[in-house]
Amino acid sequence: MATAHKDVLSKLDGKATRFGYSDALLMLGRDDPRVFVLDADLAKSTTTERFKNEFPERFIDCGIAEQDMVGIAAGLSLMGKVPFTSTYGTFMVDRALDQIRVTVAYAELNVKIMGAHGGISVGPDGATHQALEDLGVMRMLPHMTVINPCDVNEARKATLAVAAMQGPTFIRLGRESVPIITDDTTPFAIGKGITFEDGDDVTIAATGYMVYEALLAHEELAKQGIHARVLDIHTIKPIDRELLLKAARETGAVVTAEEHQVMGGFGSAVAEVLVQECPVPMEFVGIHDRFGESGTPDELLTAFGCRHTDIEAAVNRVLRRKK
Amino acid sequence: MEHDYSIAELKHLATEIRKDTLRSITAAGSGHPGGSLSAADIMTALYFQVANLKTPTDPDRDRIFWSKGHIAPLLYTLLAYKGFFPREELITLRKFGSRLQGHPKKDSPPGVETSTGSLGQGLSVAVGCAYAARYDHSPVRVWCLNGDGELQEGQIWEALMAGAHFKLDNLCTIIDNNGLQIDGKVADVMDLGDLAAKVRAFGWHVIEIDGHDMQQCVNALEEAKTVKGQPTAIIAHTIKGKGVSFMEDQAGWHGKAPSQDELAQALRELDGEEGE
Ligand SMILES: Cc1ncc(C[n+]2csc(CCOP(=O)(O)OP(=O)(O)O)c2C)c(N)n1
Ligand SMILES: [Mg+2]
Repeated sequence: MATAHKDVLSKLDGKATRFGYSDALLMLGRDDPRVFVLDADLAKSTTTERFKNEFPERFIDCGIAEQDMVGIAAGLSLMGKVPFTSTYGTFMVDRALDQIRVTVAYAELNVKIMGAHGGISVGPDGATHQALEDLGVMRMLPHMTVINPCDVNEARKATLAVAAMQGPTFIRLGRESVPIITDDTTPFAIGKGITFEDGDDVTIAATGYMVYEALLAHEELAKQGIHARVLDIHTIKPIDRELLLKAARETGAVVTAEEHQVMGGFGSAVAEVLVQECPVPMEFVGIHDRFGESGTPDELLTAFGCRHTDIEAAVNRVLRRKK
Repeated sequence: MEHDYSIAELKHLATEIRKDTLRSITAAGSGHPGGSLSAADIMTALYFQVANLKTPTDPDRDRIFWSKGHIAPLLYTLLAYKGFFPREELITLRKFGSRLQGHPKKDSPPGVETSTGSLGQGLSVAVGCAYAARYDHSPVRVWCLNGDGELQEGQIWEALMAGAHFKLDNLCTIIDNNGLQIDGKVADVMDLGDLAAKVRAFGWHVIEIDGHDMQQCVNALEEAKTVKGQPTAIIAHTIKGKGVSFMEDQAGWHGKAPSQDELAQALRELDGEEGE
């Protein structure tokens, strides 16, 4: 893959977003005695082990019992604690969906749900372990806030932000190291997207790891004289309507990019906003109605259409349809 | 003992609560009488005699979770009798705009500790709550109500494991062992086998009682408060539809509202029993 990976953006350091989660948990552990962390026998993978080592009395290993973990977190929250439940996104969202729906979301409990190992980039473990529907499923639940950070710093800020708010939240984390594209000065507020690159020809609205691929696409497109606006939409719900509508009005064409099923996912969420108030030609980059499979993260991102080249192709298609 | 009702007073209260529960179900035209009537005695003992529950907002109140949420009509009647909301509101059960939802919704009305209705979830919540209470050295005791059919849910056994593993002796669950679920006898649908032995094997202190003997109900709930180092499960042997002859031990009365005539007969029978 001789692409822009190898030039400017390739010099960035990388780290998996799951470490941003535990970075924040350690800070919270020190500052906020209400914070409890729960895991279901994956403390090493989710990185909650770091919290366990420092605050063993506020760490609960629930065993391999995700549904029970959600209930225990609910009970803790009813006593004023701020519990964070942690396991792989598939087991968190799919195994315990009814518990998240009835016990947590319906009752509007202050439970912070973490789905680690989101996306196709989970790699060799294959389809059972690659959460590809987590964001879509979670965003359909009333009262649920849904966040998909693009890098380790954003994951840390998101974790701190959900601890500071009242109500149920879901954050997706990734297994693989991903380039660090934000720093301490990058603003973060739940529900507020971030404009990474300005441009007037087309908007690339990306979420999670795909923000990085969108930046690569931006560079490649610039070489072709196409000026793409790049948005980091970390909060899928509540989505930043204002920023998306402004971008659609000013650029007249939108491509969405997500490491997730397009159907019902982030692209759908963006389309729901635009189609009502500012319909413009759209293209959806992401996974199209199929299960994942084993492979290296690199192989899979390419095979499943989650590369900047896929974004560039989508931009070219959408521009042909732009008025 | 938190309150001082005589056994006779508690029995009278349970009868009145049964009657108002049935009135609300008839007014609604739907709801779950069978499991409400089977749990009425022990839940009356809990709410009026044993639990520390003066107001629905006291941070130190005992927490009571209704894991078998379908018997919301009994829950609402108990809360109304506690004075947490007006009794007149009971006939709004299941009506559009009512606080009395078909299955419990947190804080609606005050005293509903959390949302339930999808079976199998409440015991886990009780475990988490008891865990936090102990962590805080709080006097809060945590109670839960499960159905016997509900025990077929796998999550219940996850929670039983957890309660024992964490040695939550501030936790007690009441199993309303009425022997019936929707499709028939629990023993025929999916047999629980030797339930007491199973729960004991999971590390819980088990007390078996006649769930319609008020004195046994009070004694068992009081005993649960004294157990150390493990949670308690009270297996209350009950009769589904207890107190109304045509409903007793009939799976068909699980989720069906009595007509006005049937209600009238049920009320007469309950009053009559009282007079005996
Ligand atoms: C997860 C779930 N599955 C199915 C139901 C439908 N349902 C409501 S009550 C009930 C039977 C419950 O039997 P049991 O626990 O014995 O309650 P009781 O006899 O006390 O009414 C069923 C299957 C439900 N509410 N939740
Ligand atoms: Mg039953």
